[in-house]
Amino acid sequence: MSSTQSMLELLSPYPPGWGGVLLSGALSTVMISLGAYLVGVLIGLLGATGKLKGNRPVLFVLDVYTTAVRAIPELILIIGLYYAGTDGLNRILLSLGLPAIEINGFVAAIAVLGIVQGAYMTEVLRGAILAIPVGQIEAASAFGMRPFLRFRRIVLPALMPNALPGLANLWMSVTKDSALIAVVGYQELALATRLAAGNTKHYFLFFLAAAALYLVITLLSNVVFGLLESRFRRGQPKTA
Amino acid sequence: MNFSWIFSYWPLLAAGAVQTVLLLVISVGFGFILAIGLALAQVSGPRWLKWLTRGYCTCLRGTPLLIQLWLLYYGVGSLLPLVPGLRGSFLWPIVREGFFFAALSFTLNYAAYEAEVLRGALLAVPKGELEAGRSFGMSSWTLLRRIWLPRAVRIALPTIAGEVVLQLKATPLAFTVTVMDLYAVAYKVRQDTLLVYEPLMVVTVFYVLLTLLITRAFKLVEAQVPARR
Repeated sequence: MSSTQSMLELLSPYPPGWGGVLLSGALSTVMISLGAYLVGVLIGLLGATGKLKGNRPVLFVLDVYTTAVRAIPELILIIGLYYAGTDGLNRILLSLGLPAIEINGFVAAIAVLGIVQGAYMTEVLRGAILAIPVGQIEAASAFGMRPFLRFRRIVLPALMPNALPGLANLWMSVTKDSALIAVVGYQELALATRLAAGNTKHYFLFFLAAAALYLVITLLSNVVFGLLESRFRRGQPKTA
Repeated sequence: MNFSWIFSYWPLLAAGAVQTVLLLVISVGFGFILAIGLALAQVSGPRWLKWLTRGYCTCLRGTPLLIQLWLLYYGVGSLLPLVPGLRGSFLWPIVREGFFFAALSFTLNYAAYEAEVLRGALLAVPKGELEAGRSFGMSSWTLLRRIWLPRAVRIALPTIAGEVVLQLKATPLAFTVTVMDLYAVAYKVRQDTLLVYEPLMVVTVFYVLLTLLITRAFKLVEAQVPARR
């Protein structure tokens, strides 16, 4: 069948085909997601500590942050932060007498998605820390562990099994939210697909291929998180 | 900050808000009906149906909504004119609009997420209540209608509220397929007046208000059924 032949040619990874563009798009989707996820974990850890230990003003700021991010549509947040972030940075540079810079789309995407992830991460980690029996943390303090050692040896291992399902959900949502970056014009999988489809007029084929790539990312992540969870839950009694 | 544009764009904003709410209502309404079927198939269907519905949910939950929307709008949309007779039929004015594709893909996507929620809720209904219904001689349809489904929906209600809010936050994607929803209006205002933040802020306020409204409404519905805690 000649149409099957031409489909394979269209999807081939070498220049006449668009497979290479899709694959490099998929790679940048994964890289953006990983970066944003790490930024999110950092913000989440700080936010969770702030929400549990902070004073009034800190609590208020964090409450506004998590509520706002969770109430505003992702698309609007991403576009707003993207423009506000690049614009704001350039204004600061201008006021310092420095020339304006063109912000790398990759860095901006990671920052924007990371800020969104951070809000959800704050809530997930806060819940997971609250689920740790207080006695364990008190015991660690009683042994004279300093906060950082206590976090590394006691809180983190106890927190992981509680937090992992939430963390897995967030990873899935960041890989899919990263498609929204296409709207501000950074070339990841969704935009690469649109480019390929628009150039060849084979819309159906390319969007289906992109969906398959996203599905592969999701299914692989499922396996990885399953392994992680069984590792962090080792030694725990199995529930029926 | 300059908000003087609001006066001239007021009708457009209102029309955009209607489109957004319409998209939400259509996708949640039809999606919920579809989700009931999907969830029941997964809980008590024959094995092939279980596999099929599981696969559907995995595929739609595993790919971004944006890709699904574009697959329908650009992909299926480019194939539709090839269907013989469709172009002349009364359906054509509907299926050539971006709104149709947006509503369809949001419905299919919402159904996949909602089915997962309902599946859990259906399994969480206490067995004794179902057995009590059966011992009264209820047919399986009556049992479903009077006991199983209402109880499951009641259990799932807090999660459904969350899903509806998430669905609301997904609706701005429709602007990428030429639907003049609220976000698209903000985009148009930006292009006309070169104001970046003000239209986004106005639109954001609307989304937040609608979120509050949805959570309030669900709280009211939840309060209708007395629950012993």
